[in-house]
Amino acid sequence: MATETARPPVAEGPDAQHLTRDDRVELLRYMLLMRGIEERAMNLYRQGKVPGSFYDGYGQEAVSAGACFAMAPEDRLCILHRDLAAHLIRGVTPTRILAQYMGREGGITRGRDGNVHFGDKEVGCVGMVSMLPDMMLVATGMAMAFKAQGQQRCALTWFGDGSTSRGDWHEAMNWAGVQRLPVIFILENNQYAYSTPLSQQFAVNPVERAAAYGFPGFAVDGNDAEAMFEAVRQARERALAGDGPTMIEAVTMRMHGHAAHDDMKYVPKEQVEEWRQKDPIERQERRLVELGVDVDALRAEVKAAIDAATEEALQSPMPDPATATEGVFCTDPEPDILGDGVPRWSGFLKGA
Amino acid sequence: MATMTYLQAISDGLRQEMRADQRVMVMGEDIGVFGGAFKVTDGFIAEFGPDRVMDTPLAESGIVGTAIGAAVVGLRPVCEMQFSDFIACGFDQLVNVAGKMHYRQGLAVPITVRLPSGGGFSGGPFHSQNPEAWFMQSPGIKVVAPSTAEDAKGLMISAIRDPNPVCYMEHKHLYRRIKGEVPDGIYETPFTARVAREGTELTIVTYGAMVHTALEATEDLDGASVEVLDLRSLVPLDTEAILASVRKTSKVLIVDEANRTCAAGAEVAAVIAEHAFEDLDGPVTRIATPDVPIPFSPPLEQAVLPSVDRVKEAARELLAY
Repeated sequence: MATETARPPVAEGPDAQHLTRDDRVELLRYMLLMRGIEERAMNLYRQGKVPGSFYDGYGQEAVSAGACFAMAPEDRLCILHRDLAAHLIRGVTPTRILAQYMGREGGITRGRDGNVHFGDKEVGCVGMVSMLPDMMLVATGMAMAFKAQGQQRCALTWFGDGSTSRGDWHEAMNWAGVQRLPVIFILENNQYAYSTPLSQQFAVNPVERAAAYGFPGFAVDGNDAEAMFEAVRQARERALAGDGPTMIEAVTMRMHGHAAHDDMKYVPKEQVEEWRQKDPIERQERRLVELGVDVDALRAEVKAAIDAATEEALQSPMPDPATATEGVFCTDPEPDILGDGVPRWSGFLKGA
Repeated sequence: MATMTYLQAISDGLRQEMRADQRVMVMGEDIGVFGGAFKVTDGFIAEFGPDRVMDTPLAESGIVGTAIGAAVVGLRPVCEMQFSDFIACGFDQLVNVAGKMHYRQGLAVPITVRLPSGGGFSGGPFHSQNPEAWFMQSPGIKVVAPSTAEDAKGLMISAIRDPNPVCYMEHKHLYRRIKGEVPDGIYETPFTARVAREGTELTIVTYGAMVHTALEATEDLDGASVEVLDLRSLVPLDTEAILASVRKTSKVLIVDEANRTCAAGAEVAAVIAEHAFEDLDGPVTRIATPDVPIPFSPPLEQAVLPSVDRVKEAARELLAY
């Protein structure tokens, strides 16, 4: 298990100092939305309404929710396939996400790509490709452009433990280190790359490699949304101060198979059971209950939103086959570039 | 107008566009302080500074991948592969990330990838390739290949201004060998074919360095009137120009410097077979490099690359058909 750290974590457990009560509720809301949408999509998959396969991030909700919450509207993200909460926090509606899963015209890619292979350009996100570490370089390039233009902005991407074996991953780590770029790399260590365990993926924990590329790397409890938030908040401060990249290892567990077809027989049952006790949503709920938040009401609110989104997504038509060959090339000589996301953290609303 | 080499014209196009548009940057291995392996960006770093003339780590995937990231946040990067052969190392980023981005997400990736290509000077298997067809098979990527100094500049400017990924094939064997009059200032060359020489009895369809081979081979071919069509752009492919020329001459010879199987010329032959079969008075004939790595030793290299003599011979046979 890759829980050893290259240096002590900056954030030990929850840090309420930068999070208001409302912020902490919002973190839970987006984790609940992510889980609820994915559970709904799995049902739709079983009903034959989601073509292809289906991938989810059950048990990993805190990794994307906490990290994305710390990113400003003008920052840019490349989002991985178990990070649905990031899309929601940036401002993509549940309806469009469900329509995306079903290959409908109303999905983010309008049926051109499937499942979680999307990024909404309007809110500053680039969709992943199946070659998983590729987005490391795209995020590095965004940060390169920010630095070259003297802009106070930051890029962030997630990648998995398996990605760290690929050459592109090394190229991005090296490039970002050499140029001291404002980029945050989040290793979403969920213990398995498809069926391959960490022991067959690397001899040295990748978070320890960060130092070899010339920037800090540390491990965070990836099942703690507030710890993820705080780690990324600090990494972003470093980036904006010109201190270069940060690598954060979010230690978590993939609680479901690689995709819907995968029965995960290669994972010991005790390992799953151990991690079930660390569920990120239950954890955040316990905190909020202590603060007197009506968590049941929030759950009901989220469920109602997903019910409505499902109905709406099912109304979205399938794409017109006559349009299948359209849009390969851009015909606008001055096309839109990536737009801004929605400020969610109270710190951005205060102008932090 | 000024007389420039093909290489100077590429530089001029880049420089003019960098002056005109602050978003344009060049990036690649040894392109800044050193000015590039072929000196295309010589002096650029002094004029535009290291943020816009970026010496990068030795990482072709990194060059293409970071250019994509820079492009989607508003820059117009021009990446240099030191040799076109090295794009194999950046293939995934170009084909899977850049090429498919607009179709998938409606997000434009305006990058230009400069690919110094071609053989003829003992570069051997890794410094002589013509990989353009790799990208013709990859949706979402445009491919251009100038043969003259004027088009080298105009196509460079058009490629940078195009909102899509563009592979700009610059033939190394033309760099200093070809000179021509080049208009001053900024102008765009369209991604369409050009009639390099008009003729009525035979059409040679080709592009890049082979345009010059074709022109030389048929300059005085027993008085025959031979049209040479310079494709200039492979994606999009100017099928109208190809078919118009074939309909005029009824005989066609296609010359590729690339390896034969599925080369650009194979697509040209298919277009003619599908749409101009009734207009033909002879077999569609192809000359290309056989399917071998480009050998190093001069007699071996000359044995595989299409030569003036081979073009002459094939043209004579077709004319007599």
